[in-house]
Amino acid sequence: MSANNVPSRLKKILDAGHLAVTSECGPPRGSDPKAIKKKAEMIKDHVDAINITDNQTSVTRLCSLAACIHLKLMGVEPTLQMVVRDRNRIALQSDILGAASFDINNILCLSGDHQQFGDCPQGQNVFDLDSMQLIQTVRLMRDEGKFLGGDAINRPPQMFVGAAANPFADPFEIRVPRLAKKIAAGVEFIQTQCIYNLDKFELWMKQARDRGLHEKAYILAGVTPFKSAGMAKYMKNRVPGMDVPDDVVKRMSGVPKEKQADEGINICVESIQRLKEVEGVKGFHIMAIEWEDKVPEIVERSGLYPRPNDL
Amino acid sequence: MIVADKKPIEEIIDMVKDFKKLLIVGCNECVTVCEAGGKKEVGILASALRMYFMNEGKKVDIDEITLERQCDHEYLEELRNNIDQYDAVLSLACGVGVQFMAEKYFGTPVFPGVNTCFMGVTEERGVWSERCQGCGQCMLGKTAGICPISRCAKRLLNGPCGGSTKGKCEINKDLDCAWQLIIDRLKELGRLDDYEEIIPIKDWSTERAGGPRKVVREDVRL
Repeated sequence: MSANNVPSRLKKILDAGHLAVTSECGPPRGSDPKAIKKKAEMIKDHVDAINITDNQTSVTRLCSLAACIHLKLMGVEPTLQMVVRDRNRIALQSDILGAASFDINNILCLSGDHQQFGDCPQGQNVFDLDSMQLIQTVRLMRDEGKFLGGDAINRPPQMFVGAAANPFADPFEIRVPRLAKKIAAGVEFIQTQCIYNLDKFELWMKQARDRGLHEKAYILAGVTPFKSAGMAKYMKNRVPGMDVPDDVVKRMSGVPKEKQADEGINICVESIQRLKEVEGVKGFHIMAIEWEDKVPEIVERSGLYPRPNDL
Repeated sequence: MIVADKKPIEEIIDMVKDFKKLLIVGCNECVTVCEAGGKKEVGILASALRMYFMNEGKKVDIDEITLERQCDHEYLEELRNNIDQYDAVLSLACGVGVQFMAEKYFGTPVFPGVNTCFMGVTEERGVWSERCQGCGQCMLGKTAGICPISRCAKRLLNGPCGGSTKGKCEINKDLDCAWQLIIDRLKELGRLDDYEEIIPIKDWSTERAGGPRKVVREDVRL
């Protein structure tokens, strides 16, 4: 079955040549679905699809799949984030089928943070597959209609297959080869780590273009607005694989506390505007961590509104 | 070698405090090299226990012996004629030796005196680190001689993850990122292009997942 038949709205928007806009919502630490619906309600008219994170930072939450189903029932397009930390190949394939049974058509294949960062540091991890192999698994299930064990799947999943890329982690020299590897594994769209070091991102993008990778997968640039100078410093110093240049921290610290949130939004909008000019950037992934109400403003001020609705 | 670490004395006391005649058995192999369960450690532990029992006003006889190995019949058999004199055995071998002792001397209580940690190397005296998890299907030929299963916290076969920072792992800044080591060595060997070969989904059935393992070699059996 050809990938062209995948009924993903996100895919259609990208195929039509529009700049796509995605965002993400973290599920609640409880079973009340109102929290996730409220977040989705805030942003649904300003984005094409909403990622639901999968026990991010290894903190136990309502599961990504259930939250995606809530979105789907609201008429919002979800992207199922799936980490390989907590489930073996039986559970991963089973959840993919579960998602497909609700016609969830986007999936983001991830490794997942180590459990040491979360609320169960004494727990086991699984890592039966890695993120690269999960991409291969979804493609096998979709394109060949087969399980990893070789048996045929009745009504194979129809999913647009994504993965993350971090242009800023080390070693830098394999960051583009790693992207190439994910593309070779079958990834179709990429959402990048939050971009604050635009120069370095542009260098990564140039190296990707030199290998023609920007034509083999849609690359959505990841952005996260800072709420405060404290958050900028925290991201710079504490979050593994994050690259926040000094001048950005300085800019946040240089404005009075009550104006820092506005400055964070300004930086985010300016970044999007600059990134729009980078050849190969096909859209944006706005990760407004517990600040979803600001997503509409960021999208509008970046000239990305209204969203295409004729697809 | 198999690397072990000493158990806290309080934990050992709690296990053996009700016995009257104890045999502490060291092992002259791995646990001697990693200074957790050799002749020297047997002596130190015996002294500590004797002092404890004396302070408690208890009369407990403690004997010491260190065998060449505790994972082979022939050395464990050296205890055969004396084992019944003891109420319990405290083995300072790895978990393999403790179990083989328990299998062999079915009626004698056997307690572990060390925590068995991993298969690893001596980086320097007093520092040991893991190198192998015995997955049963060695892939070091594909990863420049550095094992991502034992040395990557997520055992990623196609790493590194996004948490690799300045050559270190996201879980601990003192821990090398295995994939940084692999890439550095591939580069040194002029084989960096190998990085782009996707390592396929692993068959974990030869690892712990497949149940207790056994190697049977008909060609060397007697």
